[in-house]
Amino acid sequence: MELRFDGQRVLVTGGSTGIGAAVVQAFGEAGARVAVHYNRSAEAAKEVLDGVTAAGADGLLVQGDLTQLGVPERVVQEVADQWGGLDILVNNAGDMVSRSKIEDASDELYEQIMALNLRQLFQCCRAVIPRMREGGGGAIVNVSSIAARNGGGDGAVLYATSKGAVSTLTRGLAKEVAGDNIRVNALAPGVIETLFHTRHTDAGKWDTMMGTIPLGRAGTPEECVAPTLLLASKDAGSFITGHMLEVNGGQLMP
Amino acid sequence: MDRFDLTGKIALVTGGGRGLGRGMALALAEAGADVVVVSRHQAELDETVRQLHAHKGQPLAVPADLSIPDAPREILTTVHEELGPVDILVHAAGLQVRKPALELTVDEWDKVQSVHLRAAFGLTQAVARDLIDRGTAGSLILVSSLTSNIGVRNTSAYSAAKSGIEGLMRTLALEWAPHGIRVNAVTPGFFHTELTDAMFQDPERREWMLGRIPLGRAGDADDLAGATIFLASDASAYVTGQAIPVDGGWLAG
Repeated sequence: MELRFDGQRVLVTGGSTGIGAAVVQAFGEAGARVAVHYNRSAEAAKEVLDGVTAAGADGLLVQGDLTQLGVPERVVQEVADQWGGLDILVNNAGDMVSRSKIEDASDELYEQIMALNLRQLFQCCRAVIPRMREGGGGAIVNVSSIAARNGGGDGAVLYATSKGAVSTLTRGLAKEVAGDNIRVNALAPGVIETLFHTRHTDAGKWDTMMGTIPLGRAGTPEECVAPTLLLASKDAGSFITGHMLEVNGGQLMP
Repeated sequence: MDRFDLTGKIALVTGGGRGLGRGMALALAEAGADVVVVSRHQAELDETVRQLHAHKGQPLAVPADLSIPDAPREILTTVHEELGPVDILVHAAGLQVRKPALELTVDEWDKVQSVHLRAAFGLTQAVARDLIDRGTAGSLILVSSLTSNIGVRNTSAYSAAKSGIEGLMRTLALEWAPHGIRVNAVTPGFFHTELTDAMFQDPERREWMLGRIPLGRAGDADDLAGATIFLASDASAYVTGQAIPVDGGWLAG
Protein backbone atom coordinates (compact mmCIF):
# COMPACT_ATOMS: atom_id res chain seq x y z
CA MET A 1 0.00 0.00 0.00
CA GLU A 2 1.53 3.26 -1.07
CA LEU A 3 0.10 6.40 0.55
CA ARG A 4 -0.59 9.00 -2.12
CA PHE A 5 -1.23 12.71 -1.65
CA ASP A 6 -1.67 13.69 -5.28
CA GLY A 7 -2.52 17.35 -5.66
CA GLN A 8 -2.87 17.95 -1.92
CA ARG A 9 -1.44 21.18 -0.57
CA VAL A 10 0.97 20.74 2.33
CA LEU A 11 2.85 23.22 4.52
CA VAL A 12 5.72 21.93 6.68
CA THR A 13 7.12 24.44 9.14
CA GLY A 14 10.80 24.03 9.91
CA GLY A 15 11.05 22.05 6.68
CA SER A 16 14.70 22.70 5.86
CA THR A 17 16.37 20.17 8.16
CA GLY A 18 15.88 17.00 10.19
CA ILE A 19 12.43 15.48 10.51
CA GLY A 20 10.84 18.37 8.63
CA ALA A 21 13.10 17.92 5.59
CA ALA A 22 12.47 14.16 5.48
CA VAL A 23 8.72 14.74 5.69
CA VAL A 24 8.81 17.34 2.90
CA GLN A 25 10.66 14.97 0.60
CA ALA A 26 8.17 12.16 1.30
CA PHE A 27 5.15 14.34 0.59
CA GLY A 28 6.77 15.41 -2.68
CA GLU A 29 7.41 11.80 -3.68
CA ALA A 30 3.77 11.02 -2.82
CA GLY A 31 2.53 13.63 -5.28
CA ALA A 32 1.69 16.52 -2.95
CA ARG A 33 2.45 20.18 -3.46
CA VAL A 34 4.77 21.09 -0.60
CA ALA A 35 5.59 24.44 0.93
CA VAL A 36 8.90 24.39 2.79
CA HIS A 37 8.98 26.91 5.59
CA TYR A 38 12.37 27.94 6.97
CA ASN A 39 13.81 30.74 9.03
CA ARG A 40 17.60 30.99 8.78
CA SER A 41 18.57 27.93 6.72
CA ALA A 42 17.92 29.36 3.25
CA GLU A 43 20.44 27.17 1.53
CA ALA A 44 19.24 23.96 3.18
CA ALA A 45 15.65 24.88 2.36
CA LYS A 46 16.56 25.40 -1.28
CA GLU A 47 18.13 21.94 -1.39
CA VAL A 48 15.03 20.38 0.15
CA LEU A 49 12.86 22.13 -2.43
CA ASP A 50 15.15 20.87 -5.20
CA GLY A 51 14.51 17.35 -3.89
CA VAL A 52 10.78 17.90 -4.18
CA THR A 53 10.95 19.22 -7.71
CA ALA A 54 13.33 16.41 -8.68
CA ALA A 55 10.57 14.02 -7.53
CA GLY A 56 8.32 15.71 -10.07
CA ALA A 57 6.25 17.57 -7.50
CA ASP A 58 5.38 21.21 -7.13
CA GLY A 59 6.84 23.11 -4.20
CA LEU A 60 7.67 26.54 -2.85
CA LEU A 61 9.75 28.21 -0.18
CA VAL A 62 8.36 30.43 2.53
CA GLN A 63 10.62 32.26 4.95
CA GLY A 64 9.74 33.64 8.35
CA ASP A 65 10.74 33.92 12.00
CA LEU A 66 7.67 32.29 13.53
CA THR A 67 8.43 33.74 16.97
CA GLN A 68 7.61 37.23 15.67
CA LEU A 69 3.99 38.24 16.08
CA GLY A 70 2.07 38.14 12.81
CA VAL A 71 4.60 35.96 11.01
CA PRO A 72 2.88 32.56 11.50
CA GLU A 73 -0.36 33.95 10.05
CA ARG A 74 1.52 35.53 7.15
CA VAL A 75 3.32 32.24 6.37
CA VAL A 76 0.07 30.25 6.34
CA GLN A 77 -1.79 32.87 4.26
CA GLU A 78 1.03 33.20 1.76
CA VAL A 79 0.93 29.47 0.98
CA ALA A 80 -2.85 29.13 1.12
CA ASP A 81 -3.30 32.15 -1.18
CA GLN A 82 -0.75 30.82 -3.63
CA TRP A 83 -2.49 27.45 -3.93
CA GLY A 84 -6.07 28.44 -3.15
CA GLY A 85 -6.15 26.60 0.16
CA LEU A 86 -4.28 24.14 2.36
CA ASP A 87 -5.07 20.48 3.02
CA ILE A 88 -2.29 19.48 5.41
CA LEU A 89 -0.26 21.44 7.95
CA VAL A 90 2.74 19.83 9.66
CA ASN A 91 3.71 22.00 12.62
CA ASN A 92 7.27 20.79 12.87
CA ALA A 93 9.18 23.97 13.75
CA GLY A 94 10.56 24.03 17.28
CA ASP A 95 13.69 23.70 19.37
CA MET A 96 14.93 23.34 22.92
CA VAL A 97 16.80 26.70 22.57
CA SER A 98 19.15 25.72 25.41
CA ARG A 99 19.29 23.37 28.37
CA SER A 100 18.76 25.00 31.73
CA LYS A 101 17.61 23.96 35.16
CA ILE A 102 14.43 25.70 36.23
CA GLU A 103 16.20 27.57 39.02
CA ASP A 104 18.69 28.97 36.52
CA ALA A 105 16.24 29.70 33.70
CA SER A 106 15.58 33.31 32.81
CA ASP A 107 12.21 34.78 31.93
CA GLU A 108 13.65 35.42 28.48
CA LEU A 109 14.45 31.73 27.97
CA TYR A 110 10.93 30.82 29.05
CA GLU A 111 9.41 33.33 26.61
CA GLN A 112 11.68 32.15 23.80
CA ILE A 113 10.85 28.47 24.28
CA MET A 114 7.12 29.08 24.55
CA ALA A 115 7.06 31.42 21.54
CA LEU A 116 8.97 28.93 19.39
CA ASN A 117 7.29 25.68 20.39
CA LEU A 118 3.81 26.69 21.44
CA ARG A 119 2.66 30.20 20.51
CA GLN A 120 3.50 30.02 16.82
CA LEU A 121 1.99 26.53 16.62
CA PHE A 122 -1.25 27.87 18.05
CA GLN A 123 -1.10 30.78 15.61
CA CYS A 124 -0.47 28.51 12.62
CA CYS A 125 -3.42 26.30 13.65
CA ARG A 126 -5.65 29.34 14.13
CA ALA A 127 -4.75 30.67 10.70
CA VAL A 128 -5.13 27.38 8.84
CA ILE A 129 -8.48 26.19 10.25
CA PRO A 130 -10.70 28.52 8.15
CA ARG A 131 -8.70 27.68 5.04
CA MET A 132 -9.12 23.95 5.65
CA ARG A 133 -12.82 24.38 6.43
CA GLU A 134 -13.31 26.20 3.11
CA GLY A 135 -11.73 23.23 1.37
CA GLY A 136 -13.99 20.70 3.09
CA GLY A 137 -11.53 19.49 5.70
CA GLY A 138 -7.89 18.70 6.30
CA ALA A 139 -5.28 17.30 8.65
CA ILE A 140 -2.93 18.94 11.11
CA VAL A 141 0.08 17.02 12.42
CA ASN A 142 1.83 18.71 15.34
CA VAL A 143 5.30 17.60 16.30
CA SER A 144 5.28 17.06 20.04
CA SER A 145 7.94 15.03 21.87
CA ILE A 146 8.48 12.15 24.23
CA ALA A 147 9.27 14.98 26.67
CA ALA A 148 5.57 15.91 26.71
CA ARG A 149 4.92 12.83 28.83
CA ASN A 150 8.18 12.23 30.69
CA GLY A 151 9.03 15.82 31.65
CA GLY A 152 12.17 15.94 29.53
CA GLY A 153 15.81 15.08 30.14
CA ASP A 154 18.42 17.19 31.92
CA GLY A 155 17.68 20.88 31.65
CA ALA A 156 14.75 20.29 29.35
CA VAL A 157 11.84 20.99 31.68
CA LEU A 158 10.71 24.15 29.90
CA TYR A 159 10.98 22.46 26.53
CA ALA A 160 9.00 19.51 27.90
CA THR A 161 6.41 21.89 29.30
CA SER A 162 5.93 23.53 25.91
CA LYS A 163 5.56 20.12 24.26
CA GLY A 164 3.11 19.00 26.94
CA ALA A 165 1.03 21.99 25.94
CA VAL A 166 1.34 21.01 22.28
CA SER A 167 -0.09 17.59 23.11
CA THR A 168 -2.92 19.11 25.12
CA LEU A 169 -3.69 21.59 22.35
CA THR A 170 -3.74 18.67 19.93
CA ARG A 171 -6.35 16.76 21.94
CA GLY A 172 -8.57 19.77 22.52
CA LEU A 173 -8.35 21.13 19.00
CA ALA A 174 -9.10 17.66 17.60
CA LYS A 175 -12.48 17.79 19.30
CA GLU A 176 -13.10 21.42 18.39
CA VAL A 177 -12.66 20.95 14.63
CA ALA A 178 -13.75 17.32 14.16
CA GLY A 179 -17.12 18.59 12.92
CA ASP A 180 -15.30 20.48 10.16
CA ASN A 181 -13.69 17.23 9.00
CA ILE A 182 -10.30 18.41 10.22
CA ARG A 183 -8.24 15.81 12.05
CA VAL A 184 -5.55 16.91 14.49
CA ASN A 185 -2.86 14.54 15.72
CA ALA A 186 0.68 14.73 17.00
CA LEU A 187 3.89 12.91 16.39
CA ALA A 188 5.86 12.36 19.59
CA PRO A 189 9.43 11.51 18.60
CA GLY A 190 11.87 10.07 21.10
CA VAL A 191 15.60 10.41 20.47
CA ILE A 192 16.04 11.08 16.76
CA GLU A 193 19.40 11.69 15.06
CA THR A 194 19.09 15.33 14.07
CA LEU A 195 20.79 18.68 14.60
CA PHE A 196 18.64 19.00 17.72
CA HIS A 197 20.98 16.62 19.56
CA THR A 198 24.09 17.89 17.79
CA ARG A 199 23.26 21.24 19.39
CA HIS A 200 21.96 20.17 22.76
CA THR A 201 23.35 16.75 23.71
CA ASP A 202 26.98 15.86 24.46
CA ALA A 203 28.50 12.44 23.77
CA GLY A 204 28.19 11.22 27.36
CA LYS A 205 24.53 12.12 27.62
CA TRP A 206 23.91 10.54 24.21
CA ASP A 207 25.39 7.22 25.32
CA THR A 208 23.31 7.25 28.49
CA MET A 209 20.17 7.88 26.46
CA MET A 210 20.92 4.99 24.11
CA GLY A 211 20.94 2.64 27.08
CA THR A 212 17.33 3.55 27.88
CA ILE A 213 15.92 2.66 24.45
CA PRO A 214 14.65 -0.92 24.10
CA LEU A 215 15.41 -1.00 20.35
CA GLY A 216 18.95 -0.03 21.35
CA ARG A 217 19.46 2.89 19.00
CA ALA A 218 18.27 6.35 18.13
CA GLY A 219 15.63 6.77 15.48
CA THR A 220 16.21 8.50 12.14
CA PRO A 221 14.26 11.37 10.57
CA GLU A 222 13.26 8.85 7.90
CA GLU A 223 11.57 6.75 10.61
CA CYS A 224 9.35 9.71 11.50
CA VAL A 225 8.12 10.02 7.92
CA ALA A 226 5.62 7.16 7.62
CA PRO A 227 4.04 7.93 11.02
CA THR A 228 3.49 11.50 9.81
CA LEU A 229 2.04 10.31 6.52
CA LEU A 230 -0.33 7.95 8.35
CA LEU A 231 -1.68 10.78 10.49
CA ALA A 232 -1.92 13.15 7.53
CA SER A 233 -3.65 10.73 5.16
CA LYS A 234 -7.40 11.10 4.82
CA ASP A 235 -7.51 7.48 3.72
CA ALA A 236 -5.12 5.65 6.04
CA GLY A 237 -5.75 7.95 9.00
CA SER A 238 -9.45 8.53 8.38
CA PHE A 239 -10.63 7.60 11.88
CA ILE A 240 -7.58 8.76 13.87
CA THR A 241 -7.78 12.10 15.63
CA GLY A 242 -6.56 13.54 18.92
CA HIS A 243 -3.77 10.97 19.15
CA MET A 244 -0.09 11.32 20.10
CA LEU A 245 1.81 8.78 18.03
CA GLU A 246 4.93 7.87 19.97
CA VAL A 247 7.92 7.08 17.76
CA ASN A 248 10.54 6.30 20.36
CA GLY A 249 11.92 2.77 19.96
CA GLY A 250 10.04 1.71 23.07
CA GLN A 251 11.71 4.29 25.33
CA LEU A 252 8.31 5.29 26.72
CA MET A 253 5.21 3.14 26.59
CA PRO A 254 2.39 5.29 27.92
CA MET B 1 9.71 4.10 -1.97
CA ASP B 2 6.81 2.22 -0.44
CA ARG B 3 7.35 2.02 3.30
CA PHE B 4 4.05 0.21 3.73
CA ASP B 5 4.82 -2.73 1.42
CA LEU B 6 4.37 -6.26 2.81
CA THR B 7 5.21 -8.28 -0.27
CA GLY B 8 6.78 -11.62 0.64
CA LYS B 9 5.67 -11.47 4.28
CA ILE B 10 3.43 -14.08 5.87
CA ALA B 11 0.80 -12.64 8.20
CA LEU B 12 -1.31 -14.67 10.62
CA VAL B 13 -4.65 -13.11 11.59
CA THR B 14 -6.78 -14.67 14.29
CA GLY B 15 -10.45 -13.79 14.27
CA GLY B 16 -9.99 -13.35 10.53
CA GLY B 17 -13.34 -14.89 9.67
CA ARG B 18 -15.40 -11.78 10.25
CA GLY B 19 -15.60 -8.26 11.61
CA LEU B 20 -12.45 -6.29 12.31
CA GLY B 21 -10.21 -9.35 11.93
CA ARG B 22 -11.44 -9.92 8.39
CA GLY B 23 -10.92 -6.24 7.60
CA MET B 24 -7.37 -6.37 8.95
CA ALA B 25 -6.65 -9.56 6.99
CA LEU B 26 -7.81 -7.92 3.77
CA ALA B 27 -5.72 -4.82 4.53
CA LEU B 28 -2.56 -6.89 4.97
CA ALA B 29 -3.29 -8.71 1.73
CA GLU B 30 -3.81 -5.39 -0.03
CA ALA B 31 -0.31 -4.43 1.13
CA GLY B 32 1.05 -7.59 -0.46
CA ALA B 33 1.26 -10.12 2.37
CA ASP B 34 0.36 -13.80 2.22
CA VAL B 35 -2.42 -13.93 4.80
CA VAL B 36 -3.43 -16.83 7.03
CA VAL B 37 -6.81 -16.48 8.72
CA VAL B 38 -7.89 -18.38 11.81
CA SER B 39 -11.46 -18.86 13.01
CA ARG B 40 -13.71 -21.51 14.51
CA HIS B 41 -16.17 -21.18 11.65
CA GLN B 42 -15.32 -22.80 8.32
CA ALA B 43 -17.98 -20.88 6.39
CA GLU B 44 -16.60 -17.56 7.57
CA LEU B 45 -13.07 -18.64 6.70
CA ASP B 46 -14.20 -19.66 3.23
CA GLU B 47 -15.72 -16.23 2.65
CA THR B 48 -12.62 -14.40 3.89
CA VAL B 49 -10.38 -16.55 1.68
CA ARG B 50 -12.65 -15.81 -1.26
CA GLN B 51 -12.15 -12.09 -0.62
CA LEU B 52 -8.41 -12.52 -0.05
CA HIS B 53 -8.13 -14.00 -3.55
CA ALA B 54 -8.78 -10.50 -4.93
CA HIS B 55 -5.19 -9.71 -3.89
CA LYS B 56 -1.95 -11.15 -5.18
CA GLY B 57 -0.79 -12.94 -2.00
CA GLN B 58 -1.39 -16.59 -1.16
CA PRO B 59 -4.25 -17.00 1.33
CA LEU B 60 -4.65 -19.86 3.80
CA ALA B 61 -7.44 -20.73 6.21
CA VAL B 62 -6.78 -22.58 9.46
CA PRO B 63 -9.86 -23.58 11.44
CA ALA B 64 -9.10 -23.59 15.16
CA ASP B 65 -10.64 -22.90 18.55
CA LEU B 66 -8.39 -20.53 20.49
CA SER B 67 -10.04 -21.40 23.80
CA ILE B 68 -8.04 -24.66 23.61
CA PRO B 69 -4.58 -24.19 25.22
CA ASP B 70 -2.65 -26.05 22.51
CA ALA B 71 -4.29 -24.21 19.62
CA PRO B 72 -1.53 -21.60 19.05
CA ARG B 73 1.20 -24.22 18.69
CA GLU B 74 -0.93 -26.34 16.38
CA ILE B 75 -1.82 -23.35 14.21
CA LEU B 76 1.82 -22.38 13.84
CA THR B 77 2.78 -25.94 12.86
CA THR B 78 0.09 -26.00 10.19
CA VAL B 79 1.09 -22.62 8.78
CA HIS B 80 4.74 -23.64 8.71
CA GLU B 81 3.95 -26.81 6.76
CA GLU B 82 1.53 -25.28 4.30
CA LEU B 83 2.90 -21.78 3.70
CA GLY B 84 6.05 -21.04 5.69
CA PRO B 85 7.16 -19.14 8.79
CA VAL B 86 5.10 -16.26 10.15
CA ASP B 87 6.50 -12.69 10.04
CA ILE B 88 3.44 -10.76 11.22
CA LEU B 89 0.83 -11.67 13.81
CA VAL B 90 -2.51 -9.94 14.29
CA HIS B 91 -4.49 -11.28 17.23
CA ALA B 92 -8.00 -10.03 16.59
CA ALA B 93 -9.98 -13.01 17.85
CA GLY B 94 -12.30 -12.18 20.67
CA LEU B 95 -15.67 -12.73 22.17
CA GLN B 96 -17.98 -10.65 24.27
CA VAL B 97 -20.22 -11.80 27.09
CA ARG B 98 -22.32 -8.73 27.67
CA LYS B 99 -23.94 -8.97 31.08
CA PRO B 100 -23.68 -7.34 34.50
CA ALA B 101 -20.72 -8.52 36.55
CA LEU B 102 -23.14 -9.72 39.24
CA GLU B 103 -24.55 -12.25 36.78
CA LEU B 104 -21.34 -13.35 35.04
CA THR B 105 -20.29 -16.96 35.67
CA VAL B 106 -16.73 -18.11 36.24
CA ASP B 107 -16.96 -20.27 33.12
CA GLU B 108 -17.89 -17.22 31.05
CA TRP B 109 -15.06 -15.26 32.62
CA ASP B 110 -12.56 -18.03 31.84
CA LYS B 111 -13.75 -18.40 28.27
CA VAL B 112 -13.29 -14.68 27.59
CA GLN B 113 -9.83 -14.63 29.17
CA SER B 114 -8.72 -17.74 27.28
CA VAL B 115 -9.54 -16.46 23.80
CA HIS B 116 -8.27 -12.92 24.30
CA LEU B 117 -5.44 -13.21 26.73
CA ARG B 118 -4.13 -16.75 27.05
CA ALA B 119 -4.27 -17.14 23.28
CA ALA B 120 -2.42 -13.82 22.90
CA PHE B 121 0.34 -15.16 25.13
CA GLY B 122 0.48 -18.52 23.36
CA LEU B 123 0.46 -17.01 19.89
CA THR B 124 3.00 -14.27 20.52
CA GLN B 125 5.32 -16.70 22.30
CA ALA B 126 5.11 -19.26 19.49
CA VAL B 127 5.68 -16.67 16.76
CA ALA B 128 8.48 -14.91 18.66
CA ARG B 129 10.33 -18.18 19.37
CA ASP B 130 10.24 -18.95 15.68
CA LEU B 131 11.36 -15.44 14.67
CA ILE B 132 14.25 -15.55 17.15
CA ASP B 133 15.31 -19.01 15.91
CA ARG B 134 15.32 -17.69 12.35
CA GLY B 135 17.06 -14.46 13.36
CA THR B 136 14.30 -12.53 11.63
CA ALA B 137 12.64 -9.29 12.66
CA GLY B 138 8.87 -9.31 12.97
CA SER B 139 5.82 -7.35 13.99
CA LEU B 140 3.21 -8.54 16.46
CA ILE B 141 -0.08 -6.65 16.70
CA LEU B 142 -2.64 -7.22 19.43
CA VAL B 143 -6.12 -5.82 19.14
CA SER B 144 -6.97 -3.83 22.24
CA SER B 145 -10.15 -1.90 22.95
CA LEU B 146 -11.50 1.34 24.34
CA THR B 147 -12.35 -0.75 27.39
CA SER B 148 -8.62 -0.81 28.21
CA ASN B 149 -8.97 2.92 28.80
CA ILE B 150 -12.53 3.63 29.89
CA GLY B 151 -15.22 1.86 31.85
CA VAL B 152 -18.01 0.33 29.79
CA ARG B 153 -20.70 -1.38 31.83
CA ASN B 154 -21.57 -5.05 31.33
CA THR B 155 -18.15 -5.85 29.85
CA SER B 156 -16.17 -6.84 32.96
CA ALA B 157 -14.49 -9.95 31.57
CA TYR B 158 -13.84 -8.33 28.21
CA SER B 159 -12.45 -5.11 29.74
CA ALA B 160 -10.16 -7.06 32.03
CA ALA B 161 -8.90 -9.14 29.13
CA LYS B 162 -8.30 -6.15 26.87
CA SER B 163 -6.52 -4.23 29.64
CA GLY B 164 -4.37 -7.33 30.09
CA ILE B 165 -3.62 -7.30 26.37
CA GLU B 166 -2.00 -3.86 26.68
CA GLY B 167 0.07 -4.91 29.69
CA LEU B 168 1.24 -8.00 27.83
CA MET B 169 2.01 -5.89 24.77
CA ARG B 170 4.32 -3.51 26.67
CA THR B 171 6.17 -6.35 28.42
CA LEU B 172 6.75 -8.29 25.22
CA ALA B 173 7.86 -5.12 23.43
CA LEU B 174 10.58 -4.66 26.03
CA GLU B 175 11.66 -8.30 26.16
CA TRP B 176 11.82 -8.84 22.40
CA ALA B 177 13.10 -5.45 21.22
CA PRO B 178 16.70 -6.77 21.19
CA HIS B 179 15.56 -9.37 18.63
CA GLY B 180 14.03 -6.75 16.34
CA ILE B 181 10.51 -7.94 17.17
CA ARG B 182 8.14 -5.02 17.60
CA VAL B 183 4.95 -5.47 19.61
CA ASN B 184 2.13 -2.94 19.43
CA ALA B 185 -1.64 -2.72 19.75
CA VAL B 186 -4.43 -1.08 17.84
CA THR B 187 -7.27 0.26 19.92
CA PRO B 188 -10.43 0.36 17.86
CA GLY B 189 -13.15 2.70 19.01
CA PHE B 190 -16.75 1.82 18.31
CA PHE B 191 -17.12 -0.20 15.14
CA HIS B 192 -20.35 -1.91 14.17
CA THR B 193 -19.57 -5.63 14.29
CA GLU B 194 -21.28 -8.70 15.66
CA LEU B 195 -19.62 -8.06 19.03
CA THR B 196 -21.07 -4.56 19.31
CA ASP B 197 -24.38 -5.14 17.53
CA ALA B 198 -26.33 -5.16 20.79
CA MET B 199 -25.13 -1.63 21.55
CA PHE B 200 -25.98 -0.40 18.09
CA GLN B 201 -29.49 -1.84 18.34
CA ASP B 202 -30.22 -0.09 21.64
CA PRO B 203 -31.27 3.49 20.75
CA GLU B 204 -30.12 4.93 24.09
CA ARG B 205 -26.69 3.27 24.02
CA ARG B 206 -26.28 4.11 20.35
CA GLU B 207 -26.97 7.79 21.00
CA TRP B 208 -24.55 7.86 23.95
CA MET B 209 -21.88 6.26 21.82
CA LEU B 210 -22.23 8.30 18.63
CA GLY B 211 -22.64 11.55 20.56
CA ARG B 212 -19.24 11.05 22.15
CA ILE B 213 -17.26 10.35 18.98
CA PRO B 214 -15.78 13.66 17.81
CA LEU B 215 -15.76 12.58 14.16
CA GLY B 216 -19.48 11.91 14.58
CA ARG B 217 -19.70 8.37 13.24
CA ALA B 218 -18.82 4.80 14.11
CA GLY B 219 -15.80 3.26 12.44
CA ASP B 220 -15.93 0.88 9.51
CA ALA B 221 -13.46 -1.88 8.73
CA ASP B 222 -11.61 0.28 6.18
CA ASP B 223 -10.73 2.79 8.89
CA LEU B 224 -8.47 0.19 10.54
CA ALA B 225 -6.54 -0.66 7.40
CA GLY B 226 -4.02 2.19 7.58
CA ALA B 227 -2.99 1.65 11.20
CA THR B 228 -2.80 -2.13 10.67
CA ILE B 229 -0.52 -1.92 7.64
CA PHE B 230 1.50 0.80 9.37
CA LEU B 231 2.20 -1.36 12.41
CA ALA B 232 2.83 -4.50 10.34
CA SER B 233 5.35 -2.87 8.01
CA ASP B 234 8.67 -1.00 8.13
CA ALA B 235 6.59 2.19 8.16
CA SER B 236 6.63 1.78 11.95
CA ALA B 237 10.26 0.64 12.25
CA TYR B 238 10.89 2.82 15.34
CA VAL B 239 7.49 2.22 16.97
CA THR B 240 7.17 -0.44 19.67
CA GLY B 241 5.20 -0.83 22.88
CA GLN B 242 2.46 1.53 21.70
CA ALA B 243 -1.31 1.30 21.48
CA ILE B 244 -2.69 3.29 18.57
CA PRO B 245 -6.30 4.33 18.93
CA VAL B 246 -8.45 4.33 15.80
CA ASP B 247 -11.46 5.74 17.52
CA GLY B 248 -12.67 8.90 15.78
CA GLY B 249 -11.18 10.91 18.64
CA TRP B 250 -12.96 9.24 21.57
CA LEU B 251 -9.84 8.98 23.74
CA ALA B 252 -8.95 12.63 23.17
CA GLY B 253 -11.47 13.17 25.91
